[in-house]
Amino acid sequence: MAAPDKSNLPPLELHVPEPKFRPGDTADFSGLDIPAAGATPRPDEVAAPDDMRDLAYGLVRVLDDAHQAVGPWDPRLSDEQLLEMLRTMALTRAFDERMFRAQRQGKTSFYMKCTGEEATSVAAAFALDREDMCFPSYRQQGILFARGYPMIEMMNQIFSNSGDKLKGRQLPIMYCSREDGFFTVSGNLATQYPQAVGWAMASAAKGDTRIAAAWTGEGSTAEGDFHSAATFAAVYNAPVIMNIVNNQWAISSFSGFAGGERTTFAARAVGYGIAGLRVDGNDALAVYAATQWAANRARTNNGPTIIEYFTYRSEAHSTSDDPNGYRSAQEREEWPLGDPINRLKQHCIAKGIWDEERHATQDKELAETVRATGKEAEKLGVLGHGMHQPFRTMFEDVFEEMPWHLKEQAEMAISERKEKFPKGLPRGNE
Amino acid sequence: MPKMNMIQAINSALDCAMAADPDVVIMGEDVGFFGGVFRATAGLQERHGKTRCFDTPISECGIIGVAVGMAAYGMRPVPEIQFADYIYPGLDQIISEAARMRYRSAGEFTSSMTIRSPFGGGIFGGQTHSQSPEAIFAHVSGLKTVIPSTPYDAKGLLISAIEDNDPVMFFEPKRIYNGPFDGYYDRPVKPWAKHPASDVPEEMYRIPLGKANIVREGGDLTILAYGTMVHVALSVVEAHGIDAEVIDLRSIVPVDIETIEASVKKTGRCMIIHEATRTSGFGAELSALVQERCFYHLEAPIERVTGFDTPYPHSLEWGYFPGPVRIGNALDKIMKD
Repeated sequence: MAAPDKSNLPPLELHVPEPKFRPGDTADFSGLDIPAAGATPRPDEVAAPDDMRDLAYGLVRVLDDAHQAVGPWDPRLSDEQLLEMLRTMALTRAFDERMFRAQRQGKTSFYMKCTGEEATSVAAAFALDREDMCFPSYRQQGILFARGYPMIEMMNQIFSNSGDKLKGRQLPIMYCSREDGFFTVSGNLATQYPQAVGWAMASAAKGDTRIAAAWTGEGSTAEGDFHSAATFAAVYNAPVIMNIVNNQWAISSFSGFAGGERTTFAARAVGYGIAGLRVDGNDALAVYAATQWAANRARTNNGPTIIEYFTYRSEAHSTSDDPNGYRSAQEREEWPLGDPINRLKQHCIAKGIWDEERHATQDKELAETVRATGKEAEKLGVLGHGMHQPFRTMFEDVFEEMPWHLKEQAEMAISERKEKFPKGLPRGNE
Repeated sequence: MPKMNMIQAINSALDCAMAADPDVVIMGEDVGFFGGVFRATAGLQERHGKTRCFDTPISECGIIGVAVGMAAYGMRPVPEIQFADYIYPGLDQIISEAARMRYRSAGEFTSSMTIRSPFGGGIFGGQTHSQSPEAIFAHVSGLKTVIPSTPYDAKGLLISAIEDNDPVMFFEPKRIYNGPFDGYYDRPVKPWAKHPASDVPEEMYRIPLGKANIVREGGDLTILAYGTMVHVALSVVEAHGIDAEVIDLRSIVPVDIETIEASVKKTGRCMIIHEATRTSGFGAELSALVQERCFYHLEAPIERVTGFDTPYPHSLEWGYFPGPVRIGNALDKIMKD
């Protein structure tokens, strides 16, 4: 049989996505479809996913361009709550500034800022109950500030110093606090997603009232763990909120490499048959409202929600990254949905409960608090200047009880160190 | 005392553990209503309820991932991976998450879970139903790895594994689910009922992890084995008339170094038998341990009798399997002075 004649067909082509703007380009976001604030309807928390598919393709917004809260998604927060949220976001940013500089000063190896994304962690945490368990990625430090986790603990962890309760075992920013409902941060992407679903399943099986919430970036939604988690969440109707922080960039890879060219990330919910919301991630009130909606839904046994927070990663991926190598520096200036702190500030000013002077004063206070705490933390040591934990701690907690082979290895290592440092080390950390 | 085969013993262990601790929960593919493709979880859903033993989607990543989450909540999951050959999608959750949970959180979160999985060949299962991947897990800090060889041991070890607060890999040698295997594939299968180690108490009992069992005392040679190979070793030793000390390791991590060392120092010769592929199989680790500690007592080089470094074959299975001929030749070699 002769091979078919395909000479009338063009050859196959492989499409490799390209972001719209590269370094040196003018960033023009006018093509983005952004609905007016207040235009998106708010379905009931028990709505069937089929009846709310449009919300996975739209954008929930509360704060309009005149900084007013409008529409059915307005959470109608008290003045106190608004100012507390504002303060917490500003504190997060002040902390980021200082710790980024600390890395540049050689006091630690690594830091990751969440600049521009503060609302996606702070406002979300404000809408959850304190007992709900959060399964963050590495960019949700705002949750810890929202829950009042001591700042010095975070700094100690970043410096891997003698005050670090994690004993210098983790890369900086990989915090952990069971007490504050903040699951231990992993370096592997999206692993927290099925874990959050499992936690929620356990809570449901036990007839508990606590729910779980997980965060991941849009890039990480390509990981298998994301899809396993969504499948399990759908199958078992798990009381879990699955947040996708779409900050447009995964290191140097724009969202197109996770499928963002074809559809929204919230639209994955449609495929799994669960509720999906797409939300302006730079609008703290919208973030609060969406989380509250999803929490209510979960708490009433109406199952999981995927929430996409549409936002922008204003700074680099981490201290090891330079975005000038792959994206237009204009993007952050031209981002059409502004800055979360500025927008909430303007809203509070418009409400007559705040002003620029108090904001500036608050910024100074927060910077001073961060600076003073930094000094305290640095007294306990910084990374790379001495070993701040007793050497034997390297061998502990691998198992509940140390097995013979670790005991043997620990003895060998410790006796080597005694030979190398016969007078011991400063701070007596043997 | 009832007689149980290994499947029944495993079922009994799970039943006892679930009755004793309401936080023990079982999940996996086909484990719920149907009771598992090997029937290991038969009756458990009926007895303990749908939220205590349930079927999952086909996603090893999801099965282990949600188990990690459930353990973080405070439950004691015992997920089943239907065949060890399928465990790889779950590897990230096992290695990067469960194995390190206690360490990286300084004990704030733990992964008190036992992952059960049938492993090993001898059943014409081909390369996707016959693998022995235990060495991969032995290499990961923070995991314990346990392999029973009899129904009595299976129940006691599984209960200990479930009660252990560290993550435990529990590999069940499927070839001997229904009866011990002496390596002669052309002989009829002997059921467990004729074997003393099939007397299994109904109630809870524990066999500690990290403790080997000397199944045959001897003076001329130490044989280290686990799982199916324990029985193959015993039958070959019998046929050859060698006074070998056969040690069933039971746990490969933590391994019972005291028993191994004492035996090799006594006999002066050491043979290791495992089905798994040769290169970097657990035999390589045992070899290193024995060499380090017993060098001056050794009369001959350490012998490893293993599977070959090939994917597990189908039609050529019995050429691959380290059976009586290969073990017999190795015995002759190691005893030759």
